[in-house]
Amino acid sequence: MKKKVLTVDDSRTIRNMLLVTLNNAGFETIQAEDGVEGLEVLEEANPDVIVTDINMPRLDGFGFIEGVRRNEKYRAIPILVLTTESDAEKKNRARQAGATGWIVKPFDPTKLIDAIERVTA
Amino acid sequence: MDMNEIKEIFFQECEEQLAELESGLLRLNDGDRDPETVNAVFRAVHSIKGGAGAFGLDDLVSFAHVFETTLDCVRSNRLEPTQDVLKVMLKSADVLADLTNVARDGGSVDQARSKQLIRELEALANGEAPPAAEAPAAKAPAAKAPAPKAAAPAPAPVPNEEGFVPVTFSFDDFGGEEEEVIMVAPTYEISFKPKSDLYSKGNEAALLLRDLSRLGEMSIHCNMDALPSLEQMDPEAAYFSWKISITSDKGEDAIRAVFEFAEWDCELEITTAEDTSAEAGEELPMQPVPFDLSILDEEPAGPIGIAEEEEQIAAAAVSAAEVASNVVQIASAASRAPAETKAAAAPAAAAAQNTAQAASAAGQTIRVDLDRVDRLINLVGELVINQAMLSQSVIENDANGTSSINMGLEELQQLTREIQDSVMAIRAQPVKPVFQRMARTVREIADITGKSVRLITEGENTEVDKTVIDKLAEPLTHMIRNAVDHGLEMPEKRIAQGKNPEGTVRLTAKHRSGRIVIELADDGAGINREKVRQKAIDNDLIAADANLSDEEIDNLIFHAGFSTADKVSDLSGRGVGMDVVKRSIQALGGRINISSKPGQGSVFTMSLPLTLAVLDGMVVTVAGQTLVVPLTAIVETLQPEASAIHSFGASQRLISIRNSFCPLVDVGRILNFRATQANPVEGVALLVESEGGGQRALMVDAIQGQRQVVIKSLEANYTHVPGIAAATILGDGRVALILDVDAVVSASRGQPLKPEISLAAAG
Repeated sequence: MKKKVLTVDDSRTIRNMLLVTLNNAGFETIQAEDGVEGLEVLEEANPDVIVTDINMPRLDGFGFIEGVRRNEKYRAIPILVLTTESDAEKKNRARQAGATGWIVKPFDPTKLIDAIERVTA
Repeated sequence: MDMNEIKEIFFQECEEQLAELESGLLRLNDGDRDPETVNAVFRAVHSIKGGAGAFGLDDLVSFAHVFETTLDCVRSNRLEPTQDVLKVMLKSADVLADLTNVARDGGSVDQARSKQLIRELEALANGEAPPAAEAPAAKAPAAKAPAPKAAAPAPAPVPNEEGFVPVTFSFDDFGGEEEEVIMVAPTYEISFKPKSDLYSKGNEAALLLRDLSRLGEMSIHCNMDALPSLEQMDPEAAYFSWKISITSDKGEDAIRAVFEFAEWDCELEITTAEDTSAEAGEELPMQPVPFDLSILDEEPAGPIGIAEEEEQIAAAAVSAAEVASNVVQIASAASRAPAETKAAAAPAAAAAQNTAQAASAAGQTIRVDLDRVDRLINLVGELVINQAMLSQSVIENDANGTSSINMGLEELQQLTREIQDSVMAIRAQPVKPVFQRMARTVREIADITGKSVRLITEGENTEVDKTVIDKLAEPLTHMIRNAVDHGLEMPEKRIAQGKNPEGTVRLTAKHRSGRIVIELADDGAGINREKVRQKAIDNDLIAADANLSDEEIDNLIFHAGFSTADKVSDLSGRGVGMDVVKRSIQALGGRINISSKPGQGSVFTMSLPLTLAVLDGMVVTVAGQTLVVPLTAIVETLQPEASAIHSFGASQRLISIRNSFCPLVDVGRILNFRATQANPVEGVALLVESEGGGQRALMVDAIQGQRQVVIKSLEANYTHVPGIAAATILGDGRVALILDVDAVVSASRGQPLKPEISLAAAG
């Protein structure tokens, strides 16, 4: 069965890149545009892994991760953060919020798939 | 979808983000201190940077990065967004837009300007902010957070070490590597002890070990001694730890990278085998243990597996307080959660859901390819024509009009009209993006002229057809240039006149009786009528003794080749005069007027149709042909009396209307529909306002009526026909040509339309 990835990113460009990359790698991809939408679609999407941006309107990545972790069913789901910064402080915050790992932009398809494979069985 | 398409999307998105950026900065400039505004501005730059990075647009990335760093200072309240700061930022937004355009279309940017702004931005970021650790840090290559050296005696709650059965690994393979015969790959001893946090963040020890195994030959031992009996076991705790020996030529960094996500939530110790072999390797006999990866693909038997079984217990722990603490989360969770939790959280959830829905409703849009919309608009146009044809044939065949058919037809007509309106609304867009571009124009001209200008925009959300918007930018830009360059005075002069040294340009859009009215007002010196008049006399536009009203003098500036600036300035004197502005407005089916008060400024008023797809026209007959005259061009219609017609020269005729003379133009003659002029008394005169402000009376044979027609491009379907603007299909299915009033008027002035084209054939 195809693995399902939920991606949360407000940039249409990045969403499209994620979609193409993940589909090519054989994943099923569900997309949300910000943290609020991500939480809204979470149950229905029922993903195996989540890839999220940090800077987003309405609800940012930190808030989104915390929201997912509060959901009993998804509190242990792997969540990868897609960030532009390798900045330790931001990584730290993402980790405190409950991120499993992170991928530093610029967007690199190989790195993304590697990271996803690292956290999914 | 391929990369090129994504890149196209990226540039579209950039445009939106740039618009967002600019409007945000302008709001900040107006004193808006809403943190969400700052966030939106930051996000816009951040998004551009993120996408640009993915496409390797380095110039864009590096500028966006500096910009973002400075914005981050504002966001974190380390930099007060004063007017001066915002000035730099608005300029930076312009440069960012330039860089985006260059990335898309090629060309080059003003390097000096962008470097200068980078310096200014960096100065802002460094000047006020405490030595920003962030700026350099972000630029530096992915600085690895130091691994928490678990070397310090671990405050481990679990008794360890004693129970270990050390594991050996085989060196047998070492000689086998052809390329590594000399370099013997080092062996690392890894002690890995996850904390429960590692699992709760979605990491999985088994997966990490699988990843690790890809780096080289590895043997592994799991210490399960800490596992308590089932009754005492906390399903969420971490009881296992591992000892791993791995032989890898990938280096310690590669090994650490495997644990990158986990390093904070585990005790991790990595040593090279040499360090430990002396003690461990000799004292204890080691047995190679084959590491079977296949077990990893089965259900992991670790704490997580157990945790899942305990789900119900934990579910009960989701307290109402926790649920209520996150409004947004409830909205999604509660709506699908089992009934018992739902009941508890119901009121909160309902409220939350409302908030969530309201928020999402605000931004609900879809993106549609413009071609599709155009196709739809075209089809609806056909539908309107078809409906009109159907009505007509029903009326013709059934003069009595059985009521049910007529009623049905009427409803159909109403529906078609509504569909047409709704479809038009799809293509309608706010004028905001054009207005925002004007803000930039104002800034640039203000910079060049040394004037201080404030642009106020109103009615930015007024909507108008996209086709109109696209054509609006050019004339508007020119008018803004004029307003700042010619309209506003230099600050010193303004002060001398008791005015605010900062000039104001006000750009307003509003809907008025089915048209969009755009006003551009400045509080400058107004039109210098003496100068304009003199110039017009010098250029032989008017006679030296011409008696002109103020309004007429003001309108002289729309004449071709008219420029009042004593010196042709760098800005406005680009060979484009107000006549070109007027012509482009007229090409859009619009009108432009000026009113000016000396010392108080000028107001330009443009009135434009809301769409270029339909047109209100007067259907007329000329020499047996049906023509449509755009209603906007017609001032009045009249039935000429013989006494009002006067001959002038060989073939010219004038008509006297309320004691003034107006040239009479026989449309049928101009379009070569007939060889001789028709008798004006038998026809109808349409008084039209034409380019240059003059009036003409167009002679047609009869008026059939007034109706809204769907414009069909003649160029696209046939070829350009002089004197004809476009075509349409009437209710009876016949094609009618739409008259190009300006072309007909200029033809009447002795610039004949190309005679070789037979219009009768086209009709």
